[in-house]
Amino acid sequence: MSDLMKVSSNPHVRSKVTTSNIMLAVVIALLPAAGFGIFNFGLDALILILITVATCVLTEYVYEKAMHKKVTIGDFSCVVTGLLLALNLPSTAPWWIGVVGGIFAILVVKMLFGGLGQNFMNPALGARCFLLISYTSIMCNFDCDAYTGPTPLASLKAGESVNILDMVVGRTGGVIGETSMIAIVIGACFLILLGVIDLKIPGTYIITFVIFIFLFGGHGFDLAFVSAHLAGGGLMLGAFFMATDYVTSPVTKKGRYLYGVILGILTGIFRIFGPSAEGVSYAIILGNLLVPLIEKITMPKAFGKGGERA
Amino acid sequence: MKQNKITERLLNGLIKENPTFVLMLGMCPTLAVTTSAMNGLGMGLTTMVVLALSNMFISMLRKVIPDKVRIPAFIVIIASFVTVVELLLKAYIPFLYSALGLYIPLIVVNCIILGRAEAYASKNGVVASLFDGIGMGLGFTCALTIIGAVRELIGAGELFGFGVMPESYVPCSIFVLAPGAFFVLAALTAIQNKVKIAGEKRGRDMSKIQSGCNSDCMNCQESGCSKRLIDTSAKEAVKENGDRAEKSAKKKEGKNND
Repeated sequence: MSDLMKVSSNPHVRSKVTTSNIMLAVVIALLPAAGFGIFNFGLDALILILITVATCVLTEYVYEKAMHKKVTIGDFSCVVTGLLLALNLPSTAPWWIGVVGGIFAILVVKMLFGGLGQNFMNPALGARCFLLISYTSIMCNFDCDAYTGPTPLASLKAGESVNILDMVVGRTGGVIGETSMIAIVIGACFLILLGVIDLKIPGTYIITFVIFIFLFGGHGFDLAFVSAHLAGGGLMLGAFFMATDYVTSPVTKKGRYLYGVILGILTGIFRIFGPSAEGVSYAIILGNLLVPLIEKITMPKAFGKGGERA
Repeated sequence: MKQNKITERLLNGLIKENPTFVLMLGMCPTLAVTTSAMNGLGMGLTTMVVLALSNMFISMLRKVIPDKVRIPAFIVIIASFVTVVELLLKAYIPFLYSALGLYIPLIVVNCIILGRAEAYASKNGVVASLFDGIGMGLGFTCALTIIGAVRELIGAGELFGFGVMPESYVPCSIFVLAPGAFFVLAALTAIQNKVKIAGEKRGRDMSKIQSGCNSDCMNCQESGCSKRLIDTSAKEAVKENGDRAEKSAKKKEGKNND
């Protein structure tokens, strides 16, 4: 018998891609945005990021120890959650906001539903919305040493003019990780090149949003207005890093396009017609809730099934 | 009426078949009005009064009310008491009346009250039904007050309107909003299940402590007991033995209860 003949049970095709590799790639891809946030907002931002990430890891460890479950902090998914949550906090937030948010994200949104792969909602966004509702004044306080005054989106909503170049580079007020479009897109390109995410969800999301702004934005075909909306707020961070979360986005191909369209329309509605300037996080968690339904209606037919009705 | 039966009914409503944490009944007022401990207490006591009185009256009239129209008849009785309580609250405790608002008339359709009328009061004696109502009402009141207290403590840093948290505490206002009700209810239900399961594991059945239950379902007068439905071994034993005396005794008991 030849040495090449190996008898084994399936799976025969193995891949080196593991959960921890993917999560590590996401962490690396988030570093430019985090780094720019620290450069932009100073040491406060760094401390807040470290506290939030540490809380998330610690919460997962303590919960799994207490419940006698397998400790899964080695897969870095809680690091990603902590980092994303921290990038969604304003740098002026006190340290305990990171702790409360981290505990809520991991304990309530993720672990109580069964841990990684079972959560119905993006933990970082769930916690952000929890904090936004609970501590509105803290979460919307963007006055720090570097910048004072409203975020570009708020000024845009008030009808004032904004400097689009500043918004693209990131020299504006806002939460730690959302300000720099360039840093986020660099990280997103890294993920796309590695094949961790594809353009289906972010692409349809952004295109739908742009069309929505053209149609209902009230400014007609105004490129400056649209680019300000694209560069401002959490759209880029949300589209590339949070809408593409494996657990809470559809697995079917058609479903991903549909999901992107729904997110684009919801974000447009919240930004244009809603009372607040930003709507990305609410749009994505509402989209998360629709994912099981989207998957149900976009389930591909098995070969040979359904032909008789045509 | 035996003393142990009364305590059994009270404990049944408070712990074993707590309407909120075990039976999961009356969720609408539970989630909606428990924004503070005071509101929870007020709602619980209001419901308890209606529950006890309606249970008593339905039990009194259980042989008069025809079976086919029993639900409308129960609703009429319950609605009368709700109207009485509503007017009394409006006259003497106006602040509670305005805080509870729409939820007072909605007590009419509270499923605890209709559930107890259907499951217990329409089949049992007057005193037992009265104490069943009081027990269930106490259970509901305790549950609502606890939920309200937790929500008020976290969401406003107060307890019964008094500030108890340190000055530096920033209230987490989501807990006095609608989502907080779900968080607190779920957490408290989980905790009470954990305690109960731990108690059963240690061999101490929390549900039987001082409840007067001697596990002898065959000779038990308690037809509203939930354990009876689960424990069919006793009934099967009766069938196998063909113990006619027991059977006829049971039949009689059944007739009495009807």
